[in-house]
Amino acid sequence: MTRFWTHAVLTASLAMCLATPAFAGDGVPTPWQMSFQTPATAVADFIYVMHDWVNVVIGLITLFVLALLIIVIVKFNEKANPTPSKTTHHVGLEIAWTLIPALILVGIAIPSFRLLKMQVELPKADITVKAVGHQWYWSYEYPKDQGGGFAFDSYMLSREDADKAGQPALLAVDNELVLPVGKNIVVQVIGQDVIHNFALAAFGVRMDAVPGRLNQTWFKAEREGIFYGQCSRLCGSNHAFMPIAVRIVSEEKYAQFLEEAKKKFASSEADTLKIASAAN
Amino acid sequence: MAYAAADHEAHADHPTGWRRWVMSTNHKDIGTLYLIFALTAGLVGGFLSIMMRLELQEPGMQWFTNPQTYNVFVTGHGLIMVFFVVMPALIGGFGNWFVPIMIGAPDMAFPRMNNISFWLLPAAFALLLISMFVEGAPGSNGFGGGWTVYPPLSVAGHPGPALDFGILSLHLAGASSILGAINFITTILNMRAPGLTMHRMPLFAWAMLVTAFLLLLSLPVLAGAITMLLTDRNFGTTFFDAAGGGDPILYQHLFWFFGHPEVYIMILPGFGIVSHIISTFSKKPIFGYLGMAYAMVAIGAVGFVVWAHHMYTAGLSLNTQRYFVFATMVIAVPTGVKIFSWIATMWGGSIRFTAPMMWAVGFIFLFTVGGVTGVVLANAGLDRNLHNTYYVVAHFHYVLSLGAVFSIFAAWYYWFPKMSGYVTPDWIGRLHFWVSFVGANVLFFPMHFTGLAGMPRHYVDYPEAFAGWNRISSIGSYIFAFGLLIFFYGILVAFLRKEKAGESPWGAGANTLEWTLSSPPPYHQFETLPRISGNDH
Repeated sequence: MTRFWTHAVLTASLAMCLATPAFAGDGVPTPWQMSFQTPATAVADFIYVMHDWVNVVIGLITLFVLALLIIVIVKFNEKANPTPSKTTHHVGLEIAWTLIPALILVGIAIPSFRLLKMQVELPKADITVKAVGHQWYWSYEYPKDQGGGFAFDSYMLSREDADKAGQPALLAVDNELVLPVGKNIVVQVIGQDVIHNFALAAFGVRMDAVPGRLNQTWFKAEREGIFYGQCSRLCGSNHAFMPIAVRIVSEEKYAQFLEEAKKKFASSEADTLKIASAAN
Repeated sequence: MAYAAADHEAHADHPTGWRRWVMSTNHKDIGTLYLIFALTAGLVGGFLSIMMRLELQEPGMQWFTNPQTYNVFVTGHGLIMVFFVVMPALIGGFGNWFVPIMIGAPDMAFPRMNNISFWLLPAAFALLLISMFVEGAPGSNGFGGGWTVYPPLSVAGHPGPALDFGILSLHLAGASSILGAINFITTILNMRAPGLTMHRMPLFAWAMLVTAFLLLLSLPVLAGAITMLLTDRNFGTTFFDAAGGGDPILYQHLFWFFGHPEVYIMILPGFGIVSHIISTFSKKPIFGYLGMAYAMVAIGAVGFVVWAHHMYTAGLSLNTQRYFVFATMVIAVPTGVKIFSWIATMWGGSIRFTAPMMWAVGFIFLFTVGGVTGVVLANAGLDRNLHNTYYVVAHFHYVLSLGAVFSIFAAWYYWFPKMSGYVTPDWIGRLHFWVSFVGANVLFFPMHFTGLAGMPRHYVDYPEAFAGWNRISSIGSYIFAFGLLIFFYGILVAFLRKEKAGESPWGAGANTLEWTLSSPPPYHQFETLPRISGNDH
């Protein structure tokens, strides 16, 4: 609630209305949305608040410049002011407009560095999964030592199938990445052929899937639901058609999913799957 | 005596017909060629973008049957606008025309090199166009990997020869720019009129000097990177292939070491142009001249050490990201100095709102909008949710499409009477401004919203939820395109009416050397070098 009010107050102070929370959906974009999706992790939450703060700063700067321009247009056009002044220097002014912006930037940088640290430093993982980008689908691998030991591919549903499933077209997939709520999930991201990008707006997660380079990112979802993301690195023909869908469930349901998935995705190579435990 | 006579004849040489243009060594003729070339390429680049907006107007695929073709259009639009529109117009066009005149020089230092600088460009452009019609990715024509040409998509992902044409095109365009840069640096450092010290030099010349250094230092790195790409593609090297011990991220570092200075290369000449226009029509000398000049030097220098802010999601370490956040934010300071100095120049002035002045004031405001969203993106933590979304597209179109392109039109309306000798009716330029101003904002402002909502770039089709703002953007692009019709109408009117422009049509505020010459200037100016004394600043 506090967050809502801070947000409302900050937003109201912005004539530019760059950020309006009114239409934000959960885990999915909504028509005429003007701001971030509703955050579902502490990191995304921090991004949200941080963006509100920076947005106010840049909004005020833009309005300040606009106001100065309007004053100049009204007061110093040739009708209003037929004789131009000869001023070409003002040391105090020049120092001020160098130092004040620098101070404002410091005000932005301090919380920004905290946010960055929170994103990049991995916590101790409760669960590690691997997301592999392919042209043009994702595959997910669950390590055996955490109750998994299977892998599966995740393709976009066709428009008709998505409609049938009651899910948004171009975002819905056949096999979702299922994970439990409230756990530190470390995602190892890698590309199989070209660079892809594993992005989830509501989680504040975005990591390149680079061939030959095992990147890691993390999230801890605060609530259950389906959260959609889209490949965010141009990867060829069907770049627009390899969405990411994460279903966050309770721990019991997650255990159930593991059992079912082990049968469903049982294959010869599943036994050999064991993800590097760098994160543990 | 015979010697002297021959010498004199050579100087007075005034070729006509095709020899005048194809074999030209005259900086003004070459400048004109550059401008015509940029306008032509601009129509091609603009056509590609209108096709993109038509496709994105509604969800689903209407105009493109193969999504790869859309990617090819996006890539072509980017490369053409950067290398064949903005750079030739600002550097080759206005730079060639006005740097020698403004510093009181008879021509560029190396006129014949100037000729080859230009003529490499049509060849480069032809190669790029050819590349769109030969096979790239299996089963489709053209290279569709974006203007950044990231491997492995540009190696394994595009086995056809399309990108080889593309790489050779960039090599030629790069060589053209490096030669041009050498020419500008030599001209500006050695050929200033007597008395014109560096600290008296007009800001446009300062801007071009900094730009030329950026070109000279950054383009060889691009050339190296794309040569490595070429050998990876064709000769079995693995510079950027992890399977052979290489690293795709290495390419990104090399590319952006060029790519980031490149964006300043595109905007710095605009800074110079806007300074002159603001000063001319405010009838005041520029405020804080030295601060303005050294702000550009600072932007150029710091611009070389911020490149990895384009790579926040590549998996860089925490400390690397911290450094690039910090360095990037530093650039906001000299940029702020420029914005406030322009406003201070207008402050207390007696401003005439002619067409060029309106474009220049529009530039200041829109560049501010694009600049502050740059501060947002500079923060790696925020970029986490914005990287490769339409927010980035909005940001760089505000600084380039609304910044650099507005400065091109400002310069066009400002210098057109000087270059052609004819007057364009001012209302045409002003109407063009208002149509473009409205169109461009309707086009690009909603992209902030779709970007915040998470819509990724380079998408031929998008979820239903993004439909609303995309429709608005598309409408904006049609408005902007209509503005171009007004622009060409203005040129037509000027050449049909043939209303003569005087020596200095903008009045007393215009005090750089080009306004002391006839309109158009004589084929060879400054047979006697002007002497510069006193200091306006």
